[in-house]
Amino acid sequence: MIIDINFIGLIIASIMASAVPLILASCGELITERSGVLNLGVEGMMIIGAISGFALMTVTGSLIIAIFGAMLAGVLISTIFAFLTQTLITNHVATGLALTIFGIGISAMIGKNFVGIPGKEFPVLFEGFKDTIPLLGPILFGHSIVFYFAFALPFITSYFLKKTKTGLIVRAVGDSPESASNQGINVRLVRYACILYGGAMSGLAGAYLSMIYTPQWIENMTGGRGWIALALVVFSTWNPIKILIGAMIFGGLTIIQFHMQAIGVRIPVQFLTALPYIVTIIVLVVISRDSRKIRLSTPSSLGKSFYKDN
Amino acid sequence: MIKIVKRDQPSRAIFFFTPVLAIFLTLVAGGLIFFILGFKPFEALKFFFIVPIADKYGFSELLLKATPLCLIAIGLSFCFKSNNWNIGAEGQLTFGAIVSGGVALLFYEQEGFYILPIVILAGAIGGMLYASIPAILKTYFNTNEILVSLMLVYVSKLILDYLVVGPWSNPEGFNFPETRQFSDSAKLPLLFEGLRIHAGIFLALTAVVISWFVFYKTYLGFQMKVSGFSLKTAKYAGYKGKKMIILVFLISGACAGLAGVGEITGPIGQLHREISPDYGFTAIIVAFLGRLHPVGIIFASLVVAITYLGAETAQIFMQIPKYTGQVFQGMILFFLLASDYLLFFKFKFIGSKK
Repeated sequence: MIIDINFIGLIIASIMASAVPLILASCGELITERSGVLNLGVEGMMIIGAISGFALMTVTGSLIIAIFGAMLAGVLISTIFAFLTQTLITNHVATGLALTIFGIGISAMIGKNFVGIPGKEFPVLFEGFKDTIPLLGPILFGHSIVFYFAFALPFITSYFLKKTKTGLIVRAVGDSPESASNQGINVRLVRYACILYGGAMSGLAGAYLSMIYTPQWIENMTGGRGWIALALVVFSTWNPIKILIGAMIFGGLTIIQFHMQAIGVRIPVQFLTALPYIVTIIVLVVISRDSRKIRLSTPSSLGKSFYKDN
Repeated sequence: MIKIVKRDQPSRAIFFFTPVLAIFLTLVAGGLIFFILGFKPFEALKFFFIVPIADKYGFSELLLKATPLCLIAIGLSFCFKSNNWNIGAEGQLTFGAIVSGGVALLFYEQEGFYILPIVILAGAIGGMLYASIPAILKTYFNTNEILVSLMLVYVSKLILDYLVVGPWSNPEGFNFPETRQFSDSAKLPLLFEGLRIHAGIFLALTAVVISWFVFYKTYLGFQMKVSGFSLKTAKYAGYKGKKMIILVFLISGACAGLAGVGEITGPIGQLHREISPDYGFTAIIVAFLGRLHPVGIIFASLVVAITYLGAETAQIFMQIPKYTGQVFQGMILFFLLASDYLLFFKFKFIGSKK
């Protein structure tokens, strides 16, 4: 059997495509967590982004409005979380859960009128170069702008955290809010900004799902990707570059599922579908086993409220 | 002028008042949402919260929905009191239902008084087994219990799906994704002719009584409370932290498993794909709304159960999408958390001098 080398390229490209929403949401959450805030509402923000993007695309017909609208929706919904956890000092875990439950409900409510409507084609870049290079052609070319942005994001995020002053401030706020505050940094403001940014990225991740990856609206279409994104942040030990690796592994598991079925491997489909969740657990166990290493890389104030009397 | 001042001590009166405030605010916000969607707010709220429970049948349905919520929330309160974030009760419910359903299927053509207790016990054990996974991984491998327990929810639903479609599907069932009917001896008895409320409610009430006793009358309850306040203090006092983590997870798994038993051996009497409309997640809200207090949880489970019924009624009579139920549930928790602000802070009115 001769395997077409371009076919392998296509498989790798499809793995990358399924990694995109994970990378976007994880990189957003990573910034939020680096500032010391644990937002468990990723799944909720993502699904809100998915329906907002799809609805705006159907109603306005503009892809640009839809993409930015989805990000704005992510920002708006995460504002609730920010207000509760930062201004009213609520528990991060409980508030994040409420955000997810609320988000799934609201999205299904809005999405009722958009079920069964076909999506639009999203323009891809460099389509013509796809056949110029064997193997690499399908990997590098012919993707949406969001795809390229997602694969640049971990590097941008890493640069931002390590090399810029704002990045340093975010890290300082996450590692020691008291000292940051004593240095005159407005801890609450920084955290607000990081939460809203995380919301925007989750919204974008959702929009990618409903507008580009499977261009239609399906209830609950995020299917736990938001939670896997959260797990990826732990997997990466808060290092954005490692998110890339983790997201590719999970993307790979999703894609392998389809190909195993296509080849006719006799494994129950439910087992293959469960694989990403099971692997997430195994990976979490392997990563967290070394408690010293986890403690060193976790933002010290993660999930703890900060209150300053003034 | 109004000034916000931190309280020296959280106010006890407000502790029990805020859930009521949260429910009130949810109603106001809900009315607003109905108004935005183009419905008459008061009429919609009436269909949502009053019409569903106005007759005997409705009240029985309310208790039917409140039973699993109450049972699971009681279990979760053990976890939450001691700072363990088990959010995978839905998975423990599903796995409990799988195990007890499997046992019930073994006896499918037998009758006997001994069958039901075995089926119930199997459900509790199933839930405990499933809850022990995040507990053991947390205690011995330092793994985040939130993510593990949640991932296991998806896995349990896929196991159930595999079983009812594949090996356990009814051989005479025309390939419907469901198992055989259990024998009558494996079903929880119905309490009233023509109503669906079943004996599962006694399981919930027993759990309430036992949990009250454990929380307020035993050393274990005290230990849980201390660990909830401060893990450092608990360690200093020499409590066996690991043992307690596993214990609270087992208790909450057993409760969720029992809720699963109630769902399949109650009115339905078989395993099928959708055994729970996310009771496991909603029970998290119930636990908080009930202030992790057994009696509070009874009231909270009744209130939250209405959102399930109301969503169905409102959909039938007013074409309001049924997901409004989830929106209401999310809002209750938001408002509850927000009004907790009043626990720790108070508004001081300072008279302006002229």
